[in-house]
Amino acid sequence: MALLRVEKMGHDFGGLRAVNNYNLEVESTQVRGLIGPNGAGKTTVFDLISGIYSPTEGSIVLDGKSIVGLQPHQIAAMGLGRTFQNLRLWRHMTVLEHVKMARYSKISYGLIGAFFGTPRRKREEEEIEEKARGLLDLMGIGRFADQVVVNLPYGAQRRVELARALATEPKILFLDEPTAGMNPEELVQMMEIIRLIHKELGLSIFLIEHRMKMVMELCEIVQALVFGEVIAEGTPEEIQNDSKVIDAYLGREAVH
Amino acid sequence: MFSHVPLLGWLLGAAIAVSLEHFLGTSLALALGLPKIPVLFGFVIMLKKPVLIPGAILYVLLIYFLSIGVTARLSASPANRLAAKLLSLPPWFSVAVHLGLLYATLHMWSGMSAYRVITLKLTLIAVMVTLSLNVINGYMGEFSCSHPGFMALGAYGASVFTVVLFVNDRLFGPSLLPAALAPFMFPVALIVGGMVAALGALAIAIPSFKTRGDYLAIISLAFMFIVKSMIENLEVVGGPRGLSSQPDCANLPTVFLWTVACVWIINNFVRSTLGKALNAVRDEETAASAMTVNTRRTKMVAFLFGAFWAGVAGGLFAHVLRYVNPSTFGIQKLAEVLAMVYFGGLNSVYGSIVGAVGLSLLSEALRPLEILKWIIIPLLLILLMIFRPTGLIAFKEFNVKNLIAPKQKREEEM
Repeated sequence: MALLRVEKMGHDFGGLRAVNNYNLEVESTQVRGLIGPNGAGKTTVFDLISGIYSPTEGSIVLDGKSIVGLQPHQIAAMGLGRTFQNLRLWRHMTVLEHVKMARYSKISYGLIGAFFGTPRRKREEEEIEEKARGLLDLMGIGRFADQVVVNLPYGAQRRVELARALATEPKILFLDEPTAGMNPEELVQMMEIIRLIHKELGLSIFLIEHRMKMVMELCEIVQALVFGEVIAEGTPEEIQNDSKVIDAYLGREAVH
Repeated sequence: MFSHVPLLGWLLGAAIAVSLEHFLGTSLALALGLPKIPVLFGFVIMLKKPVLIPGAILYVLLIYFLSIGVTARLSASPANRLAAKLLSLPPWFSVAVHLGLLYATLHMWSGMSAYRVITLKLTLIAVMVTLSLNVINGYMGEFSCSHPGFMALGAYGASVFTVVLFVNDRLFGPSLLPAALAPFMFPVALIVGGMVAALGALAIAIPSFKTRGDYLAIISLAFMFIVKSMIENLEVVGGPRGLSSQPDCANLPTVFLWTVACVWIINNFVRSTLGKALNAVRDEETAASAMTVNTRRTKMVAFLFGAFWAGVAGGLFAHVLRYVNPSTFGIQKLAEVLAMVYFGGLNSVYGSIVGAVGLSLLSEALRPLEILKWIIIPLLLILLMIFRPTGLIAFKEFNVKNLIAPKQKREEEM
């Protein structure tokens, strides 16, 4: 059974059809890609599945349970982790606090613990701190742990976001343009990291990406989205040679 | 020169300064040509009679600055050793020693005149109110204007509780319990006050936290006025004439202990991951919810929590003055509290303490200037907003362990 199954999902923004008849099936440990021109609705697809918007129609089933209409924090706690296209970090918090925060739903000391600093809270905070530091080391940014996140270089900020998403212990990870704005060197590092977490943690990954190189190397199956509709789905090679995708997105080399 | 003096040394210095004032203050004041001991660091005397300025300055320098400075400097190394020894014991013990010393100092300082006692109590209450508003406006980053309303609810809630139970009153009839029990039930009265305030907060929170934006500011401002006019029209609690004859329960130790409890609990909360969720919601709410943070619950809890402490502070306020009337809790109170929060610094327990103490004392000190006071204080605020828009000490964690730890001499100073 598929880990995540989306069927006939559609969404309107007012009178604008943003996503139409969208279907997706992600098996566990699969890496899938979503490509498409700007404004095609890729991020909207992410936002719909992760609960930021509620789809107008269709069904979304994560790990056997329907998640349509649930709040984003509930969906996240059920095992859907995500990053954002424009980094959405908390600018006054340290790197370590970012990763600890993502454990929110698993904290059991409650308000009594928070108000009175019970031994249980101390123990639990230490536990999540240890886990957080482990994740930061895995991402190679352990040395930044106690710095405020805005002081970090861009590539490291991306990794903080990734570490934060991983700290929610997702079963499936949504990456929204993980390499946007990166230089070639950072790009290679990011690809290594995505490979690493895929291998080490056995996650399913669903990523939006503009760079065909990334898509070709990482993804098993790719969808091409244009004007809110999937126009092609297949292996990266198939997609690259699909004439509709070439017309709408990749472009032809000019032949005169 | 003073960088390696631990907090213990400073407290010791303050204690010695205050004892000096206790024993020698009057004779020194007379010798310097002052009519009596300057009550509030000489400000009042200086503003009333400019001729006495040199005497008052000399008095403050000799009694406070000189003795605190000399004691702190001389006691630095023994104080450091003592602080290190205390640190090896359970942490609460060291904290208790520091607080005990602080309380002894304040007690002796305020023992010199009734005016000092009331100023000190109101300052401590201002710390509670400021800190509780900082939870909402600073840590959570929403703009709430209803704190005077919460204070009023707390003040009336607690007052009605104590007056009905322990006082023979013309409004509520004979007391139900002997008055001797009042001090023991006083914490319950304050908690009742806090709960009433939190209940009021719930009425604001339910409609305004469905979305983000300016709704909270508007709804909470309206709430403040509603509470005020509701009490004015409620003849049961005295209407606009106010409610008096509260039992005399709010002595200095009680107010001090409640303030310490308030600072301790709020500081615990904002430093836990559950409390840090407030910052996450403020800085980037979408990301917070994608990271499993229940944003609505977080906001509700913080808002009710802030209101609760404002209510407790209101209850204390009513019992310190032993009289409340609704016009106290109007727009002027709001301006005062907001000024303290923004003056001290957002998102900071230090900031709230500094802001509340600083502005309370400043406004007492400038009292002789009468109307000019309301030009000077806002002017100061404007200047502060220009040069330090986030306030004096913003975004700084209040770490008790670091505060009470011994200070090492730094290498370059050796």
